[in-house]
Amino acid sequence: MTAFQKKLWVGLIIMALLTPLGIILPQKFNAGDAWGEWGTDTLEKLLGYVPEGLKKLTDLWKAPLADYSLGENPDFARQVISYIISGILGIAIVGLVIYVISRLLVKKS
Amino acid sequence: MHIPDGYLSPQTYVPLYGALFVFWAIALKKLKRELSAKQVPYLAMAAAFSFLIQMFNIPIPGGTTGHAVGGGIIAILLGPWTAVIAVSVVLIIQAVVFGDGGITAIGANCFNMAVVMPFVSYWTFKLISGRSENKKRIYAAAFLAGYIGLTVSAIVTAIEFGIQPLIAVSPDGRPLYAPYPLSVAVPVMALEHLLLFGIIEGVVTAMLLKYFIKHEPEVVFAVRGRER
Repeated sequence: MTAFQKKLWVGLIIMALLTPLGIILPQKFNAGDAWGEWGTDTLEKLLGYVPEGLKKLTDLWKAPLADYSLGENPDFARQVISYIISGILGIAIVGLVIYVISRLLVKKS
Repeated sequence: MHIPDGYLSPQTYVPLYGALFVFWAIALKKLKRELSAKQVPYLAMAAAFSFLIQMFNIPIPGGTTGHAVGGGIIAILLGPWTAVIAVSVVLIIQAVVFGDGGITAIGANCFNMAVVMPFVSYWTFKLISGRSENKKRIYAAAFLAGYIGLTVSAIVTAIEFGIQPLIAVSPDGRPLYAPYPLSVAVPVMALEHLLLFGIIEGVVTAMLLKYFIKHEPEVVFAVRGRER
């Protein structure tokens, strides 16, 4: 790894440690879900009903770390820690997948 | 901009999966030909960066949230086809592990953020920077690349949402999937990205390009061959 690449990885780790800003700021400014990404409860409130087709597909997949959170209905402190762990875990998994793909693609020289 | 499960009808998500397989096949073929071992760490870091930047939800006070994607800067630094793979890997992991974006919508989300965005950003950058060696023009081009790339990507997403009521309604006339028509979805998503999220994406794109041109200019795909 070059010195420049090391610096970039340090930057990425710092970013991961700062990710809780991504939940703290929206809470401070009272901002909700991204447009078009509401759960069924919110849709029920917005529309007065939940679209039939949507209802059937919505729980198709149970993600192990849904919403980047460890455990259901975590309190705020736990949410912050979950977010940092998700960030670190995310870059580890993504990096690993890229290395595997690259290994298969790049000819050894 | 991550479409969840249930918002798109099968008539929408199946063709988009089909389109994505074609883009992935081309991208992997190109990578196989062009990717060198030296670039692999940058590809991994690019994907890691995209994953992280998407966790920084930016609030519209009292309203919704959004985030940058990083598809533009990755396209400028590593080329648009490499960006297709980097961002796709991120989106697939987000859907499978973190439930961010639906499993049925992986094709759509990858199309919007891992194909439309990198290519629109890359073409914007090329068009505006031309063959210029003027730094100011290059950074302005980078800002606009991120800004326009993210906004177009959001508009394409909004179109996918907005056509759902046209495709499928229940017998009593209610939409079966994403409920809002084009006349709502497109203006809302276009505006929030034009006014806030796109600007953040643009600034991030320009700042990172500046950093790379200063420290490691030979890495930068889109300006390779220029003086520095």
